[in-house]
Amino acid sequence: MRLIGPPPQLPYRSRGRLARWLMLLVIVGLGVQFFRIQILKHTTYALQSEDNRIRALSIPAARGTIYDRNGEVIAENVPGYTIAVLPLSFDSLRVVLDELAAILGHSDEKVEGLIGSYRRHPNRPITVESDASFAEVSAIEERRAHLPGGIVIEAAPKRRYPHAALLAHVVGYVGQISEADLRLPEFEDYEPGRVVGQTGVERVYDRLLAGTPGVRFVEVNALGRIVGDFRGRETTPPVPGRDLRINIDLALQQRAAELFPDTMAGAVVALEPRTGAVLAMYSAPSYDPNVFVGRFEPAAWRALNTDPGRPLFNRAVSAAYAPGSTFKLVIAGIALQQGYAVADTKMQIPCRGALLYYGRVFRDWTPLGHGSLDLHGAIRESCDVYFYQLGLKVGLQGLLAGAPQFGLGRRTGIDLPSDISGAFPTSTAWYDERYGPSGWTNSVVLNLAIGQGENAQSPLKMAQVFAAFANGGTLPTPRVASVGPPPEPLGSLPLTAEQLATLRGALVAVLNEAGGTARGSRLRDWTLAGKTGTAQNPHGEDHAWFLGFAPAEDPEIIAVAIVESGGHGSSAAAPIVSRLIDFYLRGQHGEQQALEVAGR
Amino acid sequence: MRGRESPTVGDLTVLALVLGLALFGVAMIYSAGKLEIASSVTGIWRKQAIWLVISLLAFALTLRVSARWLEWVAPAAYGMAVLLLIAVLLVGTGDGPRSWIRFGAVGFQPSEFAKLATILMLARLVAGRERLPETLWDLWPYLVVVLVPFVLVMAEPDLGTASVFVAILIGALYWSGVPTSKLVLFLSPLVSLALAFSTPLWGLWFLLLVAFLYWTRAYLTESLAVILANVAMGVLVRPAWRSLAAYQQHRILAFIQPEADPQGAGWHLIQSQVAIGSGGWLGKGFTLGTQKRLAFLPEQHTDFIVAVLGEEFGFVGVSIILLAFAIALWRLLLIAERPDDQFSSMVVFGIFALWFAHLVANVGMTVGLLPITGLPLPFLSYGGSFLLMSFVMLAIVQRIAADARSGA
Repeated sequence: MRLIGPPPQLPYRSRGRLARWLMLLVIVGLGVQFFRIQILKHTTYALQSEDNRIRALSIPAARGTIYDRNGEVIAENVPGYTIAVLPLSFDSLRVVLDELAAILGHSDEKVEGLIGSYRRHPNRPITVESDASFAEVSAIEERRAHLPGGIVIEAAPKRRYPHAALLAHVVGYVGQISEADLRLPEFEDYEPGRVVGQTGVERVYDRLLAGTPGVRFVEVNALGRIVGDFRGRETTPPVPGRDLRINIDLALQQRAAELFPDTMAGAVVALEPRTGAVLAMYSAPSYDPNVFVGRFEPAAWRALNTDPGRPLFNRAVSAAYAPGSTFKLVIAGIALQQGYAVADTKMQIPCRGALLYYGRVFRDWTPLGHGSLDLHGAIRESCDVYFYQLGLKVGLQGLLAGAPQFGLGRRTGIDLPSDISGAFPTSTAWYDERYGPSGWTNSVVLNLAIGQGENAQSPLKMAQVFAAFANGGTLPTPRVASVGPPPEPLGSLPLTAEQLATLRGALVAVLNEAGGTARGSRLRDWTLAGKTGTAQNPHGEDHAWFLGFAPAEDPEIIAVAIVESGGHGSSAAAPIVSRLIDFYLRGQHGEQQALEVAGR
Repeated sequence: MRGRESPTVGDLTVLALVLGLALFGVAMIYSAGKLEIASSVTGIWRKQAIWLVISLLAFALTLRVSARWLEWVAPAAYGMAVLLLIAVLLVGTGDGPRSWIRFGAVGFQPSEFAKLATILMLARLVAGRERLPETLWDLWPYLVVVLVPFVLVMAEPDLGTASVFVAILIGALYWSGVPTSKLVLFLSPLVSLALAFSTPLWGLWFLLLVAFLYWTRAYLTESLAVILANVAMGVLVRPAWRSLAAYQQHRILAFIQPEADPQGAGWHLIQSQVAIGSGGWLGKGFTLGTQKRLAFLPEQHTDFIVAVLGEEFGFVGVSIILLAFAIALWRLLLIAERPDDQFSSMVVFGIFALWFAHLVANVGMTVGLLPITGLPLPFLSYGGSFLLMSFVMLAIVQRIAADARSGA
């Protein structure tokens, strides 16, 4: 093929040398890049490689058992399973959750919630189900080969409340910690997915009950599948939580629930007047806390939350009612303290069933009237006309100044969530602000004097105030559980022993003297003292109150009952308290002593 | 660098290095299969070992083939390669690019054979020419020879392998003595392609190119063609981008900014760098790489074999392998300078260009310097037809080396 002349030569030498050195330069360049990655940035990549493969799994700690004061189990642990997912990526998480939703019957809403939790904490295992049944666990294990990786099933103790709705408001329930709780300083060391007390004793004493979860390190592969324990870091075993004995008397609690009318709403609380120990606390309607354990389904929660009966609401602690006539004791106390009355002080105008004040008629609860009574008699018969006049004597300023000394306007200090401070005007400026400087008159005193008007207290608050009347003047801080040193009392009543005796005597008369409003509820075996209340309810039938304590000479128990729309305190609430106290004292002293007392 | 030579098997240094690399490759593929959860890669090293034995037989056979015969058979081989590349488009299989032709259990990638055939065909063209190319127009035969397989491979679509043909072309033009200025003009559209994504950079390049044309007193037609080609590249690249398969777009995007989508297209690149980076000086030990063991490394036996190497043997291990490649390639270039006949020399240089392109593309992608092209690393990566063709090429080189020595 080559034709004429010498064939063109290849420029071997110069181009060969250039090619060799260029080639070497490029390979050295690659080496430099390796040096950069492997030596200079080694620490970064080594850490990233660890992060890639090591996951910390929490080992749940067994939660402490809760007992009542007599050692009866109130909250316990039973074997259960948790199902968690170690997410590899957003897409894979969705696949896993969809697969699991089919097995566990999760709603779309729940799946979305779990995905949201992944967005906030991408490197944490996501607890999909903290209370899986054995059947569900078996279903997952059977299908594991077909399911995506990263599903972790662990045995985890599960909470059970054997008494279900009976103690729901006191004990509360546990559940996975919420996003809002995670942001609270008290839970800053809690990890997402951890089970925590949501309300009640479970929440307040969570630190004590919860124990400390352990940590296990596992190695995962790129598919999120656990390959085995990671030997490089030691497993920390969980520290179980401590048991807790609370002050509730289970039998008394059961009795309270029995005595409370089934279809009505309201609350019953029983305290030890001296210590403030909560012996019983029942709020109706109630709910079954077992519903919330583990299986937190938004739909179930919404149903309870939108129930018009508001079963989740602890009426004993958090509901505010007009105290009605029970408040007359506070009015009497203020009057005694400020020197406007003594035991036999009578009012100018005898009770004729109503009082005319500046052209306005203020009715007594009975149109028949009570005639001319002293303070003792006015309390016994709950005479409104007497207290209208006593209120006017003390005056608005006097009432507003005196009320805080009786513990009003402050929280009770109980060891339960949602303790309220109630509503009571703090000064006349409060009225100015609410109604305008000329929008109200002195007649507000008349309403306050009979426990109506701008006054709303929780049943527990009223029990606290009455406990002070019963125990000699100390406002005890209510305690569901007595952990650590006894709490400081809320305060002391500014009354002398003699003044307190006057009030107690009147309270005894309410049940034990002719004309007493609750005479029908007196007890054969013990001297019961108490006060009825009937609070006007703008939405319907009046709310019925009764507060009582016994034995009057040396009170061991004080109890309050409020029955919403129950009508008269004497008929709806007093029998509940009376029977409850009788039951308790019989339990404490035995039938024999009860009979002896009766024979005296 | 002087090495031992044998009258029958050529350069013993190159042979020893390549054999060492291939054996080490089997070991690395064995390690690549050592996973916490067995996968299809587990045990695949046995196949590679069998392919290595077959490759050595092919090496021995090919040693008996002289350069003259190769020169004679080049057009036929090239024609067959083109036919096979067309066939693979019709009956080919493979996930991603359709690059395989299967006969029962045995699969074969025609593009591997096409690489060698194209090198032979280019060498024959160069050897048969009567004068050195003086204008760009003299280069058109080379362009056509490369363009045909290039387009066919692009159609599979396999961007990575197609780009190897460009590397072969550049190598052939360089070695065949095309004047540097013509080489620059010829390759200028490629630069335009690379710069098309940034209009200011492309504009700057274009101005430089015009100045260069004026300065080198290029022919008018030549200048026009160069300018047109550059404009076309600068303007047409966007529609061309749209014609790429989605996974190819992703790979290129992942190269530009891997952190933007760490779970998606950037995943391979990040995990590869984490594997290499966590290796440190000496690595985590043979078969003990955690990134690999826990399946964080993708394609750990083929494209990312260097990541396994880097993770388990560290910087020292990588350096030794790079050094082995550097010595072998250096000696290959020395062999290319030796023969009197242009065909032999061109073939050796073409094989050098092919291997060097594979080395740079493969290693460059594992360390994030180049886009992920999916090109295997010669002698180390898993892959039967690639290993076989590599040893056939080695045999051609060694025969040429031996002949040139005895002839000298």
